[in-house]
Formats: sequence, C-alpha cells, structure tokens
Amino acid sequence: MAVKEEEFNFAKNDKFHTAMIPGKFARMMRTCKLWQFIRFIIINIKMLIVVSKSH
Amino acid sequence: MARLVVLGGGVAGHTAATFAADWLGKEHEVVVVTPNAKWNWIPSNIWVGVGEMTKEDVTFDLAPVYAKAGITYKQAKAVSINPEGSATSDKPFVTVEYTGQGKAGQSEEVTYDYLINATGPKLNFGATPGLGEGSQLGEHTVSVCTADHAEHAAEELEKIMDKMRKGERQKILIGTGHGMCTCQGAAFEYIFNVEHEIRKAGLRDMADIKWISNESFMGDFGMGGLHMKVGGYVVSSRIFTESLFAERGVDYITGAHVNRVEKGKVSYELLDGSSGEESFDFSMLIPPFAGVGLKAYNKAGEDITDTVFAPNGFMKVDADYTPKAYEEWKASDWPRKYQNPTYKNVFAAGIAFAPPHIISKPMKSPNGTVINPTPPRTGMPSGIIGKAVAHSICDLIKKGPNAHLHEASMAEMGAACVASAGKGWLDGTAAAMTVYPVVPDFEKYPGTGRDTDYTFGEIGLAGHWIKHILHYLFMYKAKLKMGWTMIPE
Repeated sequence: MAVKEEEFNFAKNDKFHTAMIPGKFARMMRTCKLWQFIRFIIINIKMLIVVSKSH
Repeated sequence: MARLVVLGGGVAGHTAATFAADWLGKEHEVVVVTPNAKWNWIPSNIWVGVGEMTKEDVTFDLAPVYAKAGITYKQAKAVSINPEGSATSDKPFVTVEYTGQGKAGQSEEVTYDYLINATGPKLNFGATPGLGEGSQLGEHTVSVCTADHAEHAAEELEKIMDKMRKGERQKILIGTGHGMCTCQGAAFEYIFNVEHEIRKAGLRDMADIKWISNESFMGDFGMGGLHMKVGGYVVSSRIFTESLFAERGVDYITGAHVNRVEKGKVSYELLDGSSGEESFDFSMLIPPFAGVGLKAYNKAGEDITDTVFAPNGFMKVDADYTPKAYEEWKASDWPRKYQNPTYKNVFAAGIAFAPPHIISKPMKSPNGTVINPTPPRTGMPSGIIGKAVAHSICDLIKKGPNAHLHEASMAEMGAACVASAGKGWLDGTAAAMTVYPVVPDFEKYPGTGRDTDYTFGEIGLAGHWIKHILHYLFMYKAKLKMGWTMIPE
C-alpha cells in the first residue's frame, strides 16, 4: 500500500516522528482560492487591529 | 530654522526623515546621511535570492525621492558624533565621509540641532572565521542581507540546481552563522523559498536541505518563541515551526554556534557543549549584527564613545541597562522614547538602539560559549519607532523643549510578520503571524507573556498574497507617492 503524502516524512527523521504534520485536507485548504480569500480578509482585519493597537 | 540630521536611510531612518520633512515643512531642514544610493525593501530580498525578483524590483534611487520631499541627501557614512560641538563652537556635529555624489572619500562636518541615529547594523561577517572579513561577505557562503548579496545567492543557487539536473545530489545548509545572530526569520523564509523552488523544478529528491540555528528551540525567532491560537488551541511556535519543517522534509540543528566556515564545511558548537561539522554544496548563513562603529567625542576631543554607545556599538537610550538575572527582566526595562540619556537632542531608532537585554532566555554551553538569539528590531517595530522619534523631535522643534515625547515601547507594541514559505500567486504560501506585544510582559499577561487574542499564526496562500501586496505597498510608500502617509508602518 502506498504511503500517504502526509505520512511520507514521519519515518525519515526521529525529529519528524513527533511533529504535527498536516493531512491532505489541511494542505488542500492552504491553497484553496476561495477559502484563502476568506482567510485573507480575516488575517488582514486581525493585522490591522494589531497595527492600530501598536501606534 | 532647526536642522534634523538622520543617520541611515533604512526602514527606521527613511520613515523618520520623510515624516519629519512632511511635518516640519520648509521652515526647517531635514538631512539624511546614508552611504547607500538606493533604498532597499529588505523583506523581499529572499525572493531575489531565489531568482523570483530582480534587484531592481526591490530597490529604487533615493536622490529623486529626497529631492521631491525637500530633504537634503548626503550619500555618506557617519564616522563620529561630537554632541558637545568642538573647542571653537558649541554647535554639535556629525563627521561624515562621502561614498558617492562625486565626493567619495571626502569628509564633512554636518551640524545639527537634533540627531536621529538609525544607522542599522554592521553585518558582522568577520565575527565567524571564514564567514567573511569585517562587514564583507566571504567566499564560502551566500547571504540575502542586501539586494546585491541576494542576486549573488540566486546565481549560486542556479548553479547547484544545474548540478541536480545532471543527477548530482546537493547538500543545502541555511540558517545563522554565529551563536548571537538575530533575523532568524529571514533565514527561515529563505530555506523554504529554496525548498519551494527546488520542488517546483522537480528536483526535490536531489537535495538534502538542513537548517542550522542559534535558537535553543525551533520557533524561538529571537523573541523567546510565542504562543498563538490555532484551531482552538494555544500552541507554542515550536509546534508550528517543527510541523512545517517535518512537512517539507527539512532537517534541523538548533542551539548551534557556528564557529568556523570553510569551503563546503561549517564547524559548530552546540548548547550541550558538543561540537560537530556539517558539509554543504550551497549555504546561506546570516551574520551577527553589531553597531556600525560610530565614535563619539566631547568638546575637548576626548573619546566618549562608552558614554553614548553600549559595548556592542548600539546607542544607549532610555532603557534600563542595569545587569539583571533573566527572572528579573521586566517589560519596563525596554525604552519608550529612544532618547539618549546624556544628550537629550540625540535619539536612536530601529536596530541602532541598544536593547536592555535579549528577549529569549539566555543560554551558554558548558564551555561558556553564549548561544542565544539577539532581539529582532526590524520591520514594523523599526518603522513605528522611527515615526515616534520623528514626532517627538518635530514637537520639540515646534513646541519647545518641554514638549511631550512620543512613546513606542516594544513591550507595548505588536508586530505583524509575514514569513514567505514559497512564492506564487496560486501555489505560494506564507506564515502570517501577529505577536502582541513583541517583548513579552509577564506582569500583564502572566500565562504566555502575550495577549493570545492578538497573537496568532497560520500558513497558507493568503499569507503569500499579503506578503506580495505588502511589497508593492511599502515600495509605493517609501517612494512617497500620493497618500503615502496613510499607509501604516
């Protein structure tokens, strides 16, 4: 059985063995244009709040 | 007419000079002394370093911009400060040495009423044998600290990618070149951009990529790490960072003081006192930073450099420099007004001010070697501090010596940081993070030292869009185009 993409690096290094590696769905959402557009708006709002609190 | 002299034309100096010129108008003079002919948006250098942008994309000529703003521009480097004037005059002055404008090598004394030291860092390659000489990059590694360095890095990267295409496996080592480096973020961005480019070229199987860092744990970033809200959890930046390295198959060494660089090899000491070596075919190592080496003299011509500057060459300001144990560090140790305690008309902004201590937990190997990151004071904090200092000086000039000084403590300001992990409008990613405040305040936020409502991070395409848009936005702002004052630092 083929190794799943998200599990490929687990065996490569002891350090990787205890790391949290995103699965297929999480990776897909990272570059999903619609979802990322929504995140773009949300992150910008959050950043603007931090910027306004810092001036 | 009052004269404000700004030493340095980077993020802090350029921000301070341009706002001061705008607020003061033609009644007063603003002078910028910088050895560079071009302004550089340094955060985009990592894209020059992988060949995704050119040097021209991230720089522009300063002279026409300063001419438009009514700023007197001297392409020169500051050599010394005489804050009491000389034996013949009470007027304080800075001695500068021209690097361009047809006067290279000539010296001049530039008098001032107010001075902002925003000289940024000396890239101290010479601190590590083999990494370079003084502030000059050596021949064994590359750098992305300047646009020229980044252009050279892209050429060298292309060479090893050619070797990979021919079936030759290559070892890549990226990180910090000394135990007391800062700016891990730039190296972090570079390693993932290199990995992204190699993967995009279909060569990922031909490259062993490794991170080497002076951080005691992954995700320290010179800020002692941070805790952020992710998926309903409060998570350490260590988990966040280790996850990305594991996902992308990038091995790492932490707590490392690189103590020698040779052709294709670095030697290092670890926090546990052990030593090791790492070979490479391509390596980008960030140098440690130091003050630029400005001297200071009193009226009698005696050297008072120790009075004005800390031993690391950064300028003393209104911080609490009393040596204290880590457990006694407080947010209130950090400066608020960036005014020199001895000479009240002298201020420092950005990297040029001496921090009271580091932010990360101090670490030493059993051999006594200090291995810990020094505090980051680049980007957004630099811009905010530059603007606050300019505001203070404008008020001092316009309202008199009792004017209220503006405050911008790094223990009360946040920072938005977007760390690229690969460029591409459709397939790029970046870690978008905010941290509030930059310097943790455990009295105000006893849990993590920071407000977890305003400290967050996530990786995705949206972060890349933000970083790319910020590139154009800050280049636009720095060129003082219409509405530039509306764009926040």
